[in-house]
Parts: sequence; C-alpha cells; structure tokens
Amino acid sequence: MRFDYHTRYRQGFALLKHPADWVNYGVLLAALLVVPLVSSNYFVGELSYVLILCVASLGLMMLSGFTGQISLGHASFVAIGAYGHAWLLAQGVPFILALPLAALISAGAGLLAGIPAIRVSGLYLAMVTLAFSIVVEQVIGMWRGVTGGFMGMLVETPSIAGISLGSPKVFYYLCLLILVLVLLALANLLRSGIGRAFTGVRDSEAAAYALGIEVKRVKVGAFGLSAGITGLAGALMAHHIGYLTPDAFTLLLSLDLVLMVVIGGMGSLRGAILGAVLISMLPNAVALLKDVLPQSMARQSGLEIFVAGAVLAFFVLFEPTGLNGRWLKIRALLENFPLYRRDTFRRQKAYMKSERNR
Amino acid sequence: MTGAVLELDQVALHFGGLAAISDLSVSVHAGEVLAVIGPNGAGKTSMLNLVTRVFDASKGRIAFKGQDISRLPRARIAHLGIARTFQNIELFDAATVLDNLLLGRHRFGGGAWWRQVLRTPALTRLEEAHRAKAEEVIEFLDLSPWRNARVAGLPYGVRKVVELGRALCSEPEILFLDEPASGLNPEETRDLAFWIDDIRSDLGITVVMIEHDMSLVNAVADRVVCMAQGRVLAQGSAAEVQSHPDVIAAYLGT
Repeated sequence: MRFDYHTRYRQGFALLKHPADWVNYGVLLAALLVVPLVSSNYFVGELSYVLILCVASLGLMMLSGFTGQISLGHASFVAIGAYGHAWLLAQGVPFILALPLAALISAGAGLLAGIPAIRVSGLYLAMVTLAFSIVVEQVIGMWRGVTGGFMGMLVETPSIAGISLGSPKVFYYLCLLILVLVLLALANLLRSGIGRAFTGVRDSEAAAYALGIEVKRVKVGAFGLSAGITGLAGALMAHHIGYLTPDAFTLLLSLDLVLMVVIGGMGSLRGAILGAVLISMLPNAVALLKDVLPQSMARQSGLEIFVAGAVLAFFVLFEPTGLNGRWLKIRALLENFPLYRRDTFRRQKAYMKSERNR
Repeated sequence: MTGAVLELDQVALHFGGLAAISDLSVSVHAGEVLAVIGPNGAGKTSMLNLVTRVFDASKGRIAFKGQDISRLPRARIAHLGIARTFQNIELFDAATVLDNLLLGRHRFGGGAWWRQVLRTPALTRLEEAHRAKAEEVIEFLDLSPWRNARVAGLPYGVRKVVELGRALCSEPEILFLDEPASGLNPEETRDLAFWIDDIRSDLGITVVMIEHDMSLVNAVADRVVCMAQGRVLAQGSAAEVQSHPDVIAAYLGT
C-alpha cells in the first residue's frame, strides 16, 4: 500500500501526485512526439485519427460519465463541427479562427439540443438525442447551399500563417496538441467546482438541488460543453477525411463513441482515452483477423459490428468498470505484489434504493 | 430565544384530492432544537419538502427571516442558509467523502469557469479555503478515517454522518434533519445527540429534526411539535407533548 504524506492541501490537488507519474507520462508524451519521425505517413494518419477520436470520446465521457446524461447522438455534433469548420474555411476564415468557431457552433447546437433533452432522463434522453442526430443528418443532406448535400463537400487544406498543415505529420502534431489541451482543461474543470456539480447532478438530483446546484442549468451547460469538445474533434475529423458526406456521421459513429466511453470505464478521463484507442483499432484488428479466419467466415459482412458487439458484451459482463477499472486493478497488483488481495475490488451489493424527488 | 427565524403560516399541500398538509402553522425560533414527531403519514417530511421547495405549497406563506420563500426556485433555498438531510440517504455515491463535503460548499462558489479550466493560483487558494472548511467538519464529526473513501462502500451509520457533514459544510443558519437516527445503533445515536447539541450551542445553527426515536428527542429537543394528518396536534416541551391526550390518541389510535 502507498500512503501519501501531505503537509499542504495543494499537494492533494496535484494531477500527477507521484514522481513516477511524471516519468511515465513524460515517456508516453515523448514516444508520441517521436512516432511521426520514425514511421510511415499512412501509420501517422491512422494515429491522428485515433487522437481525434480520443478528443470526441473525452467530450462524450464528460457528458455521460461525469454528468450522467446518456447521448446516442454525438455523431451529430461531430458532423456539425466538421461541416461548420469546412464552411468557415470555404468563407475564407483563417484556420486558427475557424477551429474554435466550429467548436462554438457545435456548442450552440449542443445547448439547443440540451434544452429539450434535460426534461427527460435515462432511456428517454437516449431517444431524444437519437432523434436529434437523425434530424441533423437529414438537414445536412438537404441543405445543399452550405453543406453540398449528399454530393458532399471538399475541405480546404489547412494552413497557419502560410505554413501548410496538409502533411500528415504536421497534422498529427496539431491533433496531439489539441488532445493534450482538451485533456488538461477537462482534468482541471472536473476537479473544481463545476466538475463537482456535474458529479452531484449525476449521483443525486434531489441532493444537488438541496445544496443549491441549478440542476437544469448544469445539465444544459454540460450538453453545450460536451458538444463543443466533440465539435472540435469534428473539425479535425473534416481534415482527416478531406471530403465530407453525411454518411460519414451516421448512428454507427454515435454508437462507436458510446462504446468507447462504456468500454473505457464510465467516469474516468483515462477510460475515455483507453476506450477510444481500443475501439478505433478494432477495424484494423478485424482486418488482421480476416487473414487468419477461414474464407467462409472472413467474407461474412458485418464481422466488425459483430466483434464490437462481442467486446461490449464481454465488458458489461466481466468488467463493468471498463478498461480503466482493469488498469487500476493491474496497478494495485503491481504495487502490492506479493500481498495483493483479490477481494480488494470485489463488487459489493447494496440493498438500498432511495426515493428520488426529481 | 429570539424571534421566529422560519414561519409557516396556514400552509396547505394538496395532491389532487389528497390533503397531505392542511392549515399548518409552525414557527421555528432562532437557536433552538425543534423536534417534529408524529405517526407515519402525518406530513412531517412533506412539510420539510415544502420548505426546501421540492413541492409547491397549495396555499399559505412560508417566511424565512421575514422573506417569503414559498415561490423561490428550488436551488435558491441553499443560498439562503437552509440545509437539509434526507430520510433515505441522498449522497453522491460514486464520489469520495471529501468530494461530498466539498459539494456542500457549492453555494459559496467555485470561482469563474476560466479560472477553473486554467487552474489559476487564485483558484487553488479558493479550493484550499473550501478544503480547510471541509476539514473542520471532518474533525467535528470524526470522519477522518473515511476522508478519501468512496461513499458507496461505507457502512450505513457513517453515511448518515457524512450527509450531516455535507449539510454542515454549507454553513447553514437552519438545518433540517429528516430522521437522523433511523438505522443507527444506540451508540451512534448517542454520538448524534452530542453533535446536535454542539451544532446548536457551538456553531449557532438552528436545528429542526424529524425523529421517531423519543430518547434522542428527549435528550436534545428544546421544543417538540407533534403532527398528525397534516396538522399540528400539540407543541411544547417533550414531556408536555408526550402526555398530551390528543398525541396519545393519535399514536394509539383510540
């Protein structure tokens, strides 16, 4: 066991509490910085896509994992961010401005979607967000003047102050920078008052009201913020895809995002990242798997969806706390090695259910 | 005893044709411990839910320090200095005890949003101030063994204390306790009696508690109100109320 000896409160606030954490995260960051220098453009492009999905996954995690609001329509915010960004670029707005503006447009859409959505919760909220994403998909398809309709729309190559970001390697560094910034901002926010208010709304609305938390405002705000972050990921996604069509942002993308946060582990930023990495690598893994499988199985359509569903079912059954929970267990095992008790993480059953004054 | 800090004046609460509370007039004096007793369904918790604006009063006036609060938004109540606990514990289960206590500090503000995102030095100082207050409460209620434990894994008795602590963190002027002793063992109930006494005497907080445990009521209550069927049956000292013929009739059903 490791006991922290703190002499000042701010030691307890630190994001990286132990010297070993500095080393570990430093090595990780260094590795991520070095990767483009030693690998192919294709690989770097795929890695950029993983980083973009990490940003989107963080956006949904903030809403579902920390504020307890389920959304099955986050692909629509990715789409709004992507189209908003591409449209702004087409209007001649410089890239450096278009990126935050696209996030703001998406955040605005999130607020609009959030206002009716907060009236319902649970399954009904999932249905409202699902409907919203279908509406957005149709609007994008029909609004030819702005989005190019179903024919699609070309995204201009980004450049900052005359330096082109067209090369996959430069674009990779941009994605990495934005992911790190979003991660730090969210980590800071979630350990402060606003983050605690999110947790309060998630765990007990009755108590949140009684402590003076404006539950409805917090929920709408969470929707807006989450949509903004997801929209930022969408803006980056626009460059990754290069050519936008509505069918890039269907229900499947929404479900992938939900898979990421559930498999990653609800209520953990690390989980959002781990989940995004796992899910975005799944298609590649399935492609490798196809080489090994007999022809009759490898040619079946829907193999990827089958594997994704199987992975989800596996996690829900055997590891409801997700990849993050598994990581915490492995870490505890390593730290206490010979003395590790298997029951440390045994799930308890609580036979208390309270009435809730929603 | 100074004047009334909270006054319910001919308050009624109807759910359709059902009158949960009718014509209830109760006043709470500053600095007292008021116990509300009564059989199940008497409207005790409904009265509390009226004051904390969970329900809208069908008629009547609820005044806190002279200000009518019966139409305020629900989240404003805490900002006035009214705190409560719940009969069935309503803690933030997935958070630690410390985070629960810090959530009690919500009404004092967490700093501007951009300060929170950037974690400026000013915000760190603010968080330290909140933490220091939470630590005071931890010390007052002997919660230090549980400081960093998740609420979901705590025993029932400790959860009750954490909920009390969370309410105290909001530095209320008046504290409503909804059956604070239910589910506690005799030892924990005795601790609770001392704490309630200290809350009133040392922290200067007016306490209104809904309670069935008459030993606790006798130990700490300055005044007792007995409710039945949405009305006040009797009020006065604990002994007076317990010997009141209407109260005996209400409990024994004669």
